[in-house]
Amino acid sequence: MNLLAFNLPIVVLLPFFGAIIVAWSSKFNRLAAAWTSGGVALLSLAFLVPSISQIFEGKTLIQSWSWVDSIGLQFAFRLDGLALLFALLILVIGLLVIFYARYYLASKDCMGRFFAYLLMFMGSMLGIVLSENLIQLVVFWELTSITSFLLISYWQQRKDARQGARMALAITGAGGLALLGGVLLLGHVVGSYQLSDVLLAGDIVRAHPLYLPILVLILLGVFTKSAQFPFHFWLPHAMAAPTPVSAYLHSATMVKAGIFLLARFFPVLSGTEEWSWLVGGAGMITLLIGAYTAFFKHDLKGLLAYSTISHLGLITLLFGFGTQLAAVAAIFHIINHATFKASLFMVAGIIDHETGTRDMRKLNGLIKYMPHTAALAIIASAAMAGVPLLNGFLSKEMFFEQAVHASQISSFAWMIPVLVTIGGILSVAYSLRFIHDVFFNGEPVDLPKTPHEPPRFMKIPVDLLVIVCLAVGIFPAYTVAPLLHVAVIGTLQTEAPAYSLAIWHGFTYALMMSAIALSLGVGVYLMRHRFFTFYERYIRHIDGRLYFNFWLQKLFNASIRVRAKFDKGSLQNASAWIIFASLVFGVYGFLSQSSPLLGTREMLPVDMVTLIVAVGLMLAALLTIVFHRRRLLVLVVIGVVGLVISVGFIKFSAPDLALTQLSVEVVTIVLLLLALYYLPQKTPREIGKIRLWRDGLLAVFSGIGVTLLALSVLTRDYETIAQYFLENSLPGGGGTNVVNVILVDFRGFDTLGEIVVLALAGLGVFAMLQGMKLTAPKRDQNGRIWNTDKHPLIMQTLTRLLLPMMLLVAVFIFLRGHNLPGGGFIAGLIASIALIVQYLANGIEWTSNRIKVDMHWSIGVGLLIAISTGLVAMGIGYPFLTSAFTHLHWPVVGDFEVASAIAFDLGVFLVVVGATVMSLVQLGRLSYASHHPEQAPLQDATISEVK
Amino acid sequence: MELLIAIVIGVLTASGVFLTLRARTFPVVLGLTLLAYAVNVFLFAMGRLTIGLPAVINPAQGGYTDPLPQALVLTAIVIAFGMTAFLIVLALKSRSELGNDHVDGLHLAPDEVPYDKKATVKSQQPNKEASHG
Repeated sequence: MNLLAFNLPIVVLLPFFGAIIVAWSSKFNRLAAAWTSGGVALLSLAFLVPSISQIFEGKTLIQSWSWVDSIGLQFAFRLDGLALLFALLILVIGLLVIFYARYYLASKDCMGRFFAYLLMFMGSMLGIVLSENLIQLVVFWELTSITSFLLISYWQQRKDARQGARMALAITGAGGLALLGGVLLLGHVVGSYQLSDVLLAGDIVRAHPLYLPILVLILLGVFTKSAQFPFHFWLPHAMAAPTPVSAYLHSATMVKAGIFLLARFFPVLSGTEEWSWLVGGAGMITLLIGAYTAFFKHDLKGLLAYSTISHLGLITLLFGFGTQLAAVAAIFHIINHATFKASLFMVAGIIDHETGTRDMRKLNGLIKYMPHTAALAIIASAAMAGVPLLNGFLSKEMFFEQAVHASQISSFAWMIPVLVTIGGILSVAYSLRFIHDVFFNGEPVDLPKTPHEPPRFMKIPVDLLVIVCLAVGIFPAYTVAPLLHVAVIGTLQTEAPAYSLAIWHGFTYALMMSAIALSLGVGVYLMRHRFFTFYERYIRHIDGRLYFNFWLQKLFNASIRVRAKFDKGSLQNASAWIIFASLVFGVYGFLSQSSPLLGTREMLPVDMVTLIVAVGLMLAALLTIVFHRRRLLVLVVIGVVGLVISVGFIKFSAPDLALTQLSVEVVTIVLLLLALYYLPQKTPREIGKIRLWRDGLLAVFSGIGVTLLALSVLTRDYETIAQYFLENSLPGGGGTNVVNVILVDFRGFDTLGEIVVLALAGLGVFAMLQGMKLTAPKRDQNGRIWNTDKHPLIMQTLTRLLLPMMLLVAVFIFLRGHNLPGGGFIAGLIASIALIVQYLANGIEWTSNRIKVDMHWSIGVGLLIAISTGLVAMGIGYPFLTSAFTHLHWPVVGDFEVASAIAFDLGVFLVVVGATVMSLVQLGRLSYASHHPEQAPLQDATISEVK
Repeated sequence: MELLIAIVIGVLTASGVFLTLRARTFPVVLGLTLLAYAVNVFLFAMGRLTIGLPAVINPAQGGYTDPLPQALVLTAIVIAFGMTAFLIVLALKSRSELGNDHVDGLHLAPDEVPYDKKATVKSQQPNKEASHG
């Protein structure tokens, strides 16, 4: 079997399954979770590695399985240069972060939860970058929002963590929604959701009138995720996460997902005026705001957060330039930023870990205490500042060059190099601050702990990352060049343009800008105190979070106000509104149709008997209103209504329905009687005349409306699909009772759903009755003591004698159901009645001792049988729940037909029996418990009342 | 005949709606039961009314009624039972948790005569707010 045919989904899904194992393994050993998740990440990487050579040969790997074809959704994965670059970043930095986190997390933090979240997040990120199908990509995109929410809020006890996580989720989630819209439009325009098709359709998309909406929606997704202005404010608040999470989310993954999408859609969406303005504009503003704010942050992680925002802006700006070379620079900077930012976050974590604070006003002169860490931090920050011989310098040089190039486009574009140089200056200033303020600049100010070097292994991930920074910076051609090359091809989907990764390009504008940035940056840093004062006074209070919370609160208030208009906290009110609204819509529907109310179908003649019965039924229904305060009486009347309806079903050719209605009626009335025992026997009189009138009017109008609706349908002819069922029932389903064949065969899936609902209702009843305490009344409403006689002997004897007969009837009805009226539902109800009668006549205890079957089992086994019948059909290659049948010759009975559907019907039978008996018997037990708190019972009052 | 059935459905609906709008749980459950009858008969009638032609294959029979609405209604009847069972137990639960059987959990609903007062309380003014609803 060729591994390259299916390895990508494994790479993506492994972390998800791994997360389960990790969560489980942490039960045994705290560190097991760390090692397991490291192993899972390694395994995932191992599955990716074999396909790397293919990519370097210039191929694109696509692995696709059909999923929901009708909406264009396929389970499809794609590996090209760009995807490979990101997958490697995610996996490798992920591994380092796992390693680092193992030492970072305190012993009281739950390891299993942390690493399970981290792995799920890793899987979601891999899903984004490796998706071939766009809808699938959006699914993974949303998954990153959710999993990052879990990671940011890892320290659930901290309020800032919860708030930061919620804000990140709200903003990136909303962006995800916009992205989904954009992707759907894009797929609609292209006619396919497969990236391979979309990437080739750039010209069509750009010329399409829907281009602008597509662009705006997708960019909303990108900007929210990548913290671009004006959505950047969630990122600093997400710093409440544990530092390994910050290192991961904000260097290589989460925020890079947006950047990835920019790169992914670069060939499709870029190259237009709108693209340049939107992407470039947002990038430029973000670059400047981020760099400016970073300089003033006293919190180490705050500084890094804003610097991340600034660098993301830089990358976005490069994509905004829209040229191929700018895209090269952008991708190069993605790699470099991931390495130095991950290492800087880890350093910040180490400092926090070893000193107990991240406040740069307290942290000073740490080089004496942790020289190794200091060296690492200095190199990484120098890379961030763009000092020569480090990787940041190379990509920043390319960036400046592109800025100069872009300045030639229009007359006022000369601003671009100036602005980016300002960005560069600030970037140098804050990098210098990170070094000087923390490691030099005098002595530390009252630190919570005496600082010292962290454990050796905690520094290893940082060591590795810093080595990469150096290696790429000094020998770019031997290190990063091949990977960058394939990534560029993967991004542009054409041959890569000519670019050079050399350190020395001669005296260029870009070099001059670098020099200005470095020297002025140092100058700005030296004058920092003056800037700080200005910032404290005028800028500091500006925080996007405040606006976010302000608008969120407004939104909540608005929704509360709207709700308060309708919902007065009263069910009666709500029901009245619902009924009123359906009336209004119904009347509107009637009036907006010009066709006559009644059709031309000839009506059946009315015979005397039917008329009398129908009038009786209507009278009974009306009596329920008249007597509605006398509950027992109403219950009896309702029983009459149900019985008359079942007679009506017989009259109108529906024997199955009649049987069902009849048996359900019995069960329902017994159930309601049982329940009524615990409720007041009478309803209090209402004195709110207005409400009574209102309800009366609503009722009358509903009645009239329904009558008219029914009449207008009944007097029209219609087209039915019944012919198909009637013709195929015998040859296809092997039964002559078409209603039953539809239930167990043609529409078996519906039936399955319905018995599941019934099962849930039964279990719900059971669950609610657990531990319920209701005292049974000693007297009825007239003050008479409930009858305490023992169960009458005659009834006991008779019902015991009758039980086998009743069960026999149930079996008979069950077996004949396929051909004559009957079947699982009806048989189930009859069997339930047979059992319930035993409980009624003989008491709960007596019967429970003899019927040992737990009704939970009946429900469970029934569902299992029903589902496995369907699965068996699937197993031998037919659609779910296809039935087979054959004729058997039984000795005495004669020719007998056996359909596999009978097994399904058995499942139905068991579920019906289980759910029904369980509901009633549990109610009965309630009275048993309330009458006999301790000692064994003789009988219970409820049941004597029922009989 | 169709007119008769339509009126039956209408009356069932009307009684069901009125009871559903009551303030105590038991009548509400009964109201929903009545509504379920109405809905079931309505759905059943969508297959039009036929007399004496059950959908059981029989070559001697001239024609058949529409079996599909019947199949749907059959399960609907059973589900309606499940719903009734769930609701009534929910009503019991609310009685046990809240100590009364008012749908909103009110001990003393402003527009009702309390259970324990046998005498007419005509002098008591109904609360305007609640009666307008």
